[in-house]
Amino acid sequence: MPQIIVEDLVKTFQIAERAAGLWGAVRGLARRRHHTVRALDGVSFEIEAGELVGYIGPNGAGKSTTVKTLAGILVPDSGRCEVRGRVPWQQRIPHVAEIGVVFGQRTQLWWDLPVVESFELLRDIYRVSTAHYAKKRDELIAVLDLAKLLDVPVRQLSLGQRMRCDLAAALLHAPPIVFLDEPTIGLDAVSKLAVRDFVKRLNRDDGVTVILTTHDMDDIETLCTRVLVIGNGKILSDGTLADLRGRVTRERWLTVDLVDDEPIADPDATVISREGKRVCLAFDPQAVPPAEMIRRITSAHAIRDLFVENPPIETIIARLYAAQIAT
Amino acid sequence: MRHRLRPYRAIISARFRMLLQYRAAAVAGVFTQIFFGFVLIMVYEAFDRSTTAARPLPFAQVASYVWLGQALLATLPWNADSEVRAMVRSGAIAYELCRPIDLYNLWYARAIALRTAPTVLRVVPMTVFAMVVLPLIGLDEWRLAPPTLGAGLAFACALVCAVMLGCAITALINISLLWTLSGEGIVMVTTSAVSLLSGMIVPLPLFPDWAQSVLQWLPFAGLADLPFRVYTGNIPLDALALVLARQLGWTVVLVAAGRWLLARGMRRVVVQGG
Repeated sequence: MPQIIVEDLVKTFQIAERAAGLWGAVRGLARRRHHTVRALDGVSFEIEAGELVGYIGPNGAGKSTTVKTLAGILVPDSGRCEVRGRVPWQQRIPHVAEIGVVFGQRTQLWWDLPVVESFELLRDIYRVSTAHYAKKRDELIAVLDLAKLLDVPVRQLSLGQRMRCDLAAALLHAPPIVFLDEPTIGLDAVSKLAVRDFVKRLNRDDGVTVILTTHDMDDIETLCTRVLVIGNGKILSDGTLADLRGRVTRERWLTVDLVDDEPIADPDATVISREGKRVCLAFDPQAVPPAEMIRRITSAHAIRDLFVENPPIETIIARLYAAQIAT
Repeated sequence: MRHRLRPYRAIISARFRMLLQYRAAAVAGVFTQIFFGFVLIMVYEAFDRSTTAARPLPFAQVASYVWLGQALLATLPWNADSEVRAMVRSGAIAYELCRPIDLYNLWYARAIALRTAPTVLRVVPMTVFAMVVLPLIGLDEWRLAPPTLGAGLAFACALVCAVMLGCAITALINISLLWTLSGEGIVMVTTSAVSLLSGMIVPLPLFPDWAQSVLQWLPFAGLADLPFRVYTGNIPLDALALVLARQLGWTVVLVAAGRWLLARGMRRVVVQGG
């Protein structure tokens, strides 16, 4: 049985509207206008134990609303949601004891306390036994390289250090399911790699189910075997990264560095960008095999260098959203 | 039972350690409270000297009443927990909801720390000043008189109940933040209501007779007036049971109201931001 079942989940928010300016504020006193936003508009998916699922979508698409519903924080208007056989908001306490949550933009550590005291507080709040706590803490300190940070008050940590501590804080009670809501937001390249590496290990070595929301497509490419794409409160795509590409476009991109600054064209390819002598061509590999396309271009032009790649995942997602809005 | 209480003990002790860091605030508080204590006592002494009418509360008892109020000011539920307010505003409250403990109990535990930690820092210097220093500098009439043994023990019970009642009101103020976010309006109303109706500004026995019956049956009397009058002996020991019953009765009612409101508030809470 799937570990997480979400079926036809709907959540609406009432947003109070107010016209701009002083007059708008005065009118707002007499009559409030509301409009309804459907943050989740019939979302369904299932996740098996041990999956590492990327959950992506533009700002306001419903990612965080889904995560907060799964965490038992929000009560949906309708639909079914079960995590390990429990309805999160109805059996909140036993449910949250078995999940770990990181909201990347906020910290769950106590601002004024040294990191280790926050850990001890969480140990007591989750009622983790001293032996289990010591084992897990040491493990996390080693993997996330926290030894030097333990005695530092949280307010003095850099964002990258804080995120590593926050990840540890979410895992001290050894939850089998972890929700990571934008865990790499605002981090520098080194910290991002550390976080990714940790998430990968967590999933591979400990078999923890991870649901990761992010705007960073490199997170998705390096980590996720499965990607859920949400837009306007609806699931737009669910599958592997390769599936997602296949659904949206089969296109390949051929980038060439020309010797001379000359025009370049081919009946089966379109020029999608040109910067000086570097030209990027898009073509359909099923209409013209890549080898054939390379042969055509190299025979017609003097080439210094070339490479073929898939369109970046950002482009794929952007097209998926564009197609969604168009329909 | 020990196991069940473990999270709450941990939260209270952490908050305690944090609040104890604010020593400068405690020192400033002690000076402010001593100043206000003097002002109030001088006003009441002036009243006392200018009348021949029967005193509902003798001046010596008024002085003790005032000093107790100043020493225990921080136990009164006059503000929202700044940590809860910050969490509601920033959305970090999402984490609070991810903890496997009852949210009301968690917030009540926070309230206990908020009401007791600053008090612990202030009560000792204030008592030493009002009880020992004042007579030494010749202000014997203005001092905080030591209680009889019986009244002292009874006062300890009533004070514990007063803190429990105050925490129930603090929890209600915190819960109101779920609707108002800033809570400034509610805090202003509660601050005024609590300080006036608990006897902090004017001891309740000095209010006009028509107000007495109302004041005595409101929850606020249990925060300060009742325990203070138990201390001074104005309320005799055999009436202690009634005092405690009134305090605990209101605590039960307000805790129930807080739980009900919190459950409703959580259904409509929209965790702020992305």
